[in-house]
Amino acid sequence: MSGELRYVYAVTAPLAGPLPAELRGVGGAAPYTVEHAGLVAVTGVVPEADFAEEPLRAHLEDLRWLEETARAHQGVVAALTALTCPLPLRLATVYLDDDGVRRALEEGREEFAATLERLEGRVEWGVKVYARRRAPEPAAAGAAPSSGRDFLRRRKQEVTARENALEEAEELGRTLHAALAAQAEDVRVHPAQNPQLSQAPGQNLLNAAYLVPRERSEEFVERVEQLGGHDLAVRVELTGPWAPYSFASGQAGAEGNAEGRHDGAVG
Amino acid sequence: MTAPSAEPSAVPGPGPVAVDSERPMARRQVALVDLLDRLLGSGVVLAGSLTLGIADVDLVRIDLRALISSVNERVPSPWEGGNPL
Repeated sequence: MSGELRYVYAVTAPLAGPLPAELRGVGGAAPYTVEHAGLVAVTGVVPEADFAEEPLRAHLEDLRWLEETARAHQGVVAALTALTCPLPLRLATVYLDDDGVRRALEEGREEFAATLERLEGRVEWGVKVYARRRAPEPAAAGAAPSSGRDFLRRRKQEVTARENALEEAEELGRTLHAALAAQAEDVRVHPAQNPQLSQAPGQNLLNAAYLVPRERSEEFVERVEQLGGHDLAVRVELTGPWAPYSFASGQAGAEGNAEGRHDGAVG
Repeated sequence: MTAPSAEPSAVPGPGPVAVDSERPMARRQVALVDLLDRLLGSGVVLAGSLTLGIADVDLVRIDLRALISSVNERVPSPWEGGNPL
């Protein structure tokens, strides 16, 4: 197979200026624009040998390939945020040719226009809360147990202490989420991250995205620092500003009301 | 295989950075998991694309899970750090 396919990064409103000349996307190819129905699809040429269904499936199991592709995709989307508010597409959205891309714009035109209007001027901030691992109580680490019953009693105390610490951390996570949701236009709670993939210490209690007007970002970041900066029970990690990935699909707005959707992240 | 132009850079370029409450001054490149939450877990899903349709996304996640357990030799026991009763 020596053919070429079209990889679409994002849909945007018409751009005021050209794409940065030095911008490179997946496979090192410079992205270009496909325009139709008052919309722009930021597109790149990719080899069929990598992106046809079979090779793509194989590549997606290769963590290194996945990372390179995801970072290249994100690099293009990040560059677009300097020009406009992009609607990022899911990784590896591929068409046979430019006509296929135009047909996708045609079919989705109303929804794209509505979503672009809803997200214009907004950015996404990611906040993750982890339970901190705490050192065992000095009392519990003292002399050897004097009997089997003593051992069981201590064991029970340890378990209870650990459960209490986790409950405290979860409560802090809920409080922080509610406070941030009140400052956001929309909220999306992602599933807790797999610690083997994230390599992050402590249990991930909250993994949420908040949609914030760009000009209120500073305020939002300060609030995160104020709420999570110096806590002994939880560690807070902030990422952003992202293009509004988590809010780009049509259903996001209907499903995410800004009042503490916390399910799936705690417990 | 390596795409030379897609080499992750140590210094964050435009776009998001990660800030940790323990090291508020240390700004890092965002982690792959955070990217995948967004690039596989959200983002617009277009009908009519050639390869990954909505139905295929779950398949990608399943592949990823298999991948994660295969790269991690030691799979922690579900009881680790907790008493089963």
